[in-house]
Amino acid sequence: MQDFAGAFGLAFGLIASGDADLFEIVGLSMRVSLMALLLSCLIGFPIGALLVVRKFFGRGIVIALVNSMMGFPPVVIGLLIYLVLSRAGPMGWLGLLYSPTAMIIAQTVLIAPIVAALSRQVLEALQAEYDEQFRSLGISRGRAMLALIVDGRYGLVTVALAGFGRAVAEVGAVIIVGGNIEHLTRVMTTAIALETSKGDLGMALALGIILMSIAISVNLGAGALRAIAERQAYA
Amino acid sequence: MPDAAPLMPRKTSDGGSKTPRDRLLPGALRLERLALQVAGRLLVNIEKLTLDPRSVTVIMGPNGAGKSLFLRLVHGLIPPTQGWISWGEVACGEATRSTQAMVFQKPVLLRRSVAANIDFVLRRRAGTKAERRARCDELLTRVGLAGQAQQPARLLSGGEQQRLALARALATRPKVLLLDEPTASLDPASVQMIEQIVLASSAEQTKVIFVTHDVGQARRLAGDVAFLHHGQLVEYGPATAFFANPSSEAAKAYLSGRIVL
Ligand SMILES: Nc1ncnc2c1ncn2[C@@H]1O[C@H](COP(=O)(O)OP(=O)(O)OP(=O)(O)O)[C@@H](O)[C@H]1O
Ligand SMILES: [Mg+2]
Repeated sequence: MQDFAGAFGLAFGLIASGDADLFEIVGLSMRVSLMALLLSCLIGFPIGALLVVRKFFGRGIVIALVNSMMGFPPVVIGLLIYLVLSRAGPMGWLGLLYSPTAMIIAQTVLIAPIVAALSRQVLEALQAEYDEQFRSLGISRGRAMLALIVDGRYGLVTVALAGFGRAVAEVGAVIIVGGNIEHLTRVMTTAIALETSKGDLGMALALGIILMSIAISVNLGAGALRAIAERQAYA
Repeated sequence: MPDAAPLMPRKTSDGGSKTPRDRLLPGALRLERLALQVAGRLLVNIEKLTLDPRSVTVIMGPNGAGKSLFLRLVHGLIPPTQGWISWGEVACGEATRSTQAMVFQKPVLLRRSVAANIDFVLRRRAGTKAERRARCDELLTRVGLAGQAQQPARLLSGGEQQRLALARALATRPKVLLLDEPTASLDPASVQMIEQIVLASSAEQTKVIFVTHDVGQARRLAGDVAFLHHGQLVEYGPATAFFANPSSEAAKAYLSGRIVL
């Protein structure tokens, strides 16, 4: 058991020396979360836009459903994905369990509803403004959706950043489907959990500091973007 | 345009044109027993109206008279509670709307450059990129915005935004142009520019319906005038008659600058 100051010393030492294990874990975390984010945006933006332009019957129920999916406990999502991907499960033949791909799937299932629900909120205001003009111009639903996504880009990047923040910080689902295997599926959050329980506080703290920095940069990035958008009157 | 065409049919008391050919023109707006009721309030209530299919029709009336709602109704953006509307022989709906363009009282511009706002509309039609560019330049020059093509549209001044909205409306080469106070925040030179565009469009067979509070402008543009008050059509007829001798108390009061009750 190291003392408090010692742990910090070790942590900064690891970061400063560019420790290979440390940065391998950081790299995998980023790869998995960015990939999950990309997929979530590809799924979530169009769903958000569709919920905004199509006032179909039962739309309220779908929105409530997507909203409540935002609050699903990650461990339960992890468990469900585990069941689907495990050897006896419906997609077991793919052999994806305990691979980065499984983690990407789990994070996508977790993040896509968040991206969809938040982008619907962002695009709703835009749609209220554009709707009559688009109908006057005879813009098709598909083009209207695309135009909303393009014109809502600054708001949507903020949504994506929120999704990314949630993805990198997530531990419950990825530990179940990834298994925290060294050099294969060990990411920042699962490593922190493991190293802490092993008593290697230096490594855990180093990862924690990097994770915190990422979270802070993501927030700063969102703020900077909003400032740019406002300056161009695009907010 | 009032006395320009000797062959034009004489207007009837409601200003409508009687020849069968005129009834087929896309600008021949006809409506009957039109009513729009929202939350128990009767916002628009017009028994019968047939517009001259060629003239510039100016719509006047005090704030809250229902002018903007009237444009939305005849453009098919909001369904009436009651009654029917047709353009030519076609019932008002998506088909008629696609041949029309409307400039809203508050211009709605995309969060893109000035040129991209025009191109958004041009892209619906076929045409090469070069053709679209040329047309875009032509339209922007027409409204005096050629120098600002690459600027974000929402950073334009209020008057410039209105001019861009008009250019975008013209981009679709509409058969009917619905303009809701398009010169409300323009300087005198720009007002003149817009009025010339309106008259030129009208000369090119585009039916124009123009909402304005500016009496001088109405005199310059109008072939016929419809006066709305509390959602009712109080008066409709040739402009010369309307301005020389308005028949309703409300229009008299409005034209002389008194508060219309
Ligand atoms: N969506 C709506 N719901 C309820 N009332 C409405 C709605 N839109 C307009 N109104 C009301 O209908 C009336 C007519 O509105 P409209 O916008 O047509 O007036 P207008 O003649 O264009 O006035 P202005 O000269 O100020 O532009 C107003 O009293 C307004 O409050
Ligand atoms: Mg109005």
